[in-house]
Amino acid sequence: MPKRGAVALALTTLALVLLFAFKTPDVAPIAAGRNTALVQPAASSAPAATPKPATVPVSEARPAANPSAAPVATAAPAAGTALANGTDTGSVVQTRFGPVQVQVTIAGGKITDVTALQLPNDRQRSAEISQIAEPMLRSEALTAQSAQIDLISGATYTSDAYAQSLQSALDQAAHG
Amino acid sequence: MAERAGAAEPAAPAARGPHRVAPIMGTVISIDVRDPGIPESVVDAMLARLEEIEARFSTYRPGSEISRIARGELAEAAASAEVQFVLGMCDDLHRTTNGWFDARGHRTDGRLDPSGLVKGWAVEEAALLLDEAGARNYSCNCGGDVIARGEPEPGRPWRVGIRHPDRADAVARVLAVRDLAVATSGAYERGEHIRDPRTGKAPTGLLSVTVVGPSLTWADVYATTAFAMGEAGPAWVATHSGYGALAITTDQRLVWTPLVEPLLA
Repeated sequence: MPKRGAVALALTTLALVLLFAFKTPDVAPIAAGRNTALVQPAASSAPAATPKPATVPVSEARPAANPSAAPVATAAPAAGTALANGTDTGSVVQTRFGPVQVQVTIAGGKITDVTALQLPNDRQRSAEISQIAEPMLRSEALTAQSAQIDLISGATYTSDAYAQSLQSALDQAAHG
Repeated sequence: MAERAGAAEPAAPAARGPHRVAPIMGTVISIDVRDPGIPESVVDAMLARLEEIEARFSTYRPGSEISRIARGELAEAAASAEVQFVLGMCDDLHRTTNGWFDARGHRTDGRLDPSGLVKGWAVEEAALLLDEAGARNYSCNCGGDVIARGEPEPGRPWRVGIRHPDRADAVARVLAVRDLAVATSGAYERGEHIRDPRTGKAPTGLLSVTVVGPSLTWADVYATTAFAMGEAGPAWVATHSGYGALAITTDQRLVWTPLVEPLLA
C-alpha cells in the first residue's frame, strides 16, 4: 500500500521535525508567508531616496486565528509520491520531551496543513508549531531531491565543513 | 527500497556534462554541467585556472603575491598584472562604498585581504572557460557562492536553497533563478571575520545577506559589504542596477528587496 506508506513516512517526518523543534526551543522560525509580503516601490525608481526593503515579520506569517496550524505549502512531498487527499492522523511518537502527535491535511497530492494533536507543552504550542514550515523544508532538503533544490548558497563553508553541508548531500545525490 | 536492481533499474538519466567536486581556496567547488558534449578537460582547465589564482592571491600561502605584498617583500607595482587589476578593483570599491568594502583592513588583524572580491571573481574567471566551450546550462558553487547559468533541465529554473543561519542542515528559503549569480555573506561560518571598518566591530542586525545579480564578482562583493553595513545593507544593494538582496535579521525576519520578490520559490 504505497500511499499509506507515503503518508506514514510524512507523519514520521513531521514527528521528527517536531523533535527538532523541541531540541532548539530558543531558535525562532523564519517562516515567511507569501501573502504577507510587503513589496515597496522599486528602488531604482527613486535613486535619491533610501529604498526600504520588503519585510516579513515572522509573527505575520503565523495564522493568528488558529495557532496550532501552520501552512506548509512550500514543503511539498517527494516528487512522484502520490498522496491521497484527505486528513491523516499520525501515531503518537514518544520524544524525550513528551508525546507528539500530528494530523496532516492533504490536497492535490500535497500537504496543505499540519495540526498538532498532542504536544508536550501547550504553552509552547504556537511557537513550536510555527516552525513546521521551515523544518519540513529542512528535512526534505536533507533527503535531497524532494524539495528539488539544486544548489545551496551560504556564507563560505570551509573544505572541512563541506562534508556536513547540504551542497555535499546534493553532490552525492547527483553522483549516486 | 529492497527491490532487486536490474530489470527494475530506472532508465538512464539524460545525457549531461561533467559533474565535479574539488577542494579550492580553503573550500570546495561543485561544477555541474548540464549540457551534453562538454568534455571533462574543460573542468580540468577550470580547476587549473582556480589553482593559479589561489597561488597568487591566497592569504594562507606565505609565497603568494598577496602574502609577499603584505610582508613588504613585493611592491604592488611589481606584482602580476592580475594582482594589480584585482587590488585596483578593491581600491575602487573602497571609494564607491565609502569605506565599507575594505580589502586592506576589514579583517581583525588589518592585513591585506582581497578575498572578499577574489573568490567570486575567480569562479567567474573559471566559468568563462565553460562559456567558451559552448556550455549554456551549468552551475558552479564555490563554498556557497553560486553561478547558475541557464537551466538545470529545459523549462525549469535552478532552485537555490539559502542556508539557514542557525542550522547547517537547513534552508531558510529557496530562490528560483536563471542566469544569475547568488552569493551569501554571514557570520555563521569561518568566524566573524567581517568587521565594520568604522568601528572595527562585528556588524549587527543581520545573520546573513544573500545577493543575486548578473555577476558573481559583484554579488559576492555586495554581499560582503551589505553584511558589514548591517540592516541598511539590503537597501544599499538595491541601489545597484540588476542586484537584489535577501537578508535574515538577528530578530529572525526575512528581508528582501523588490528584485528578489519574483525569485522566491
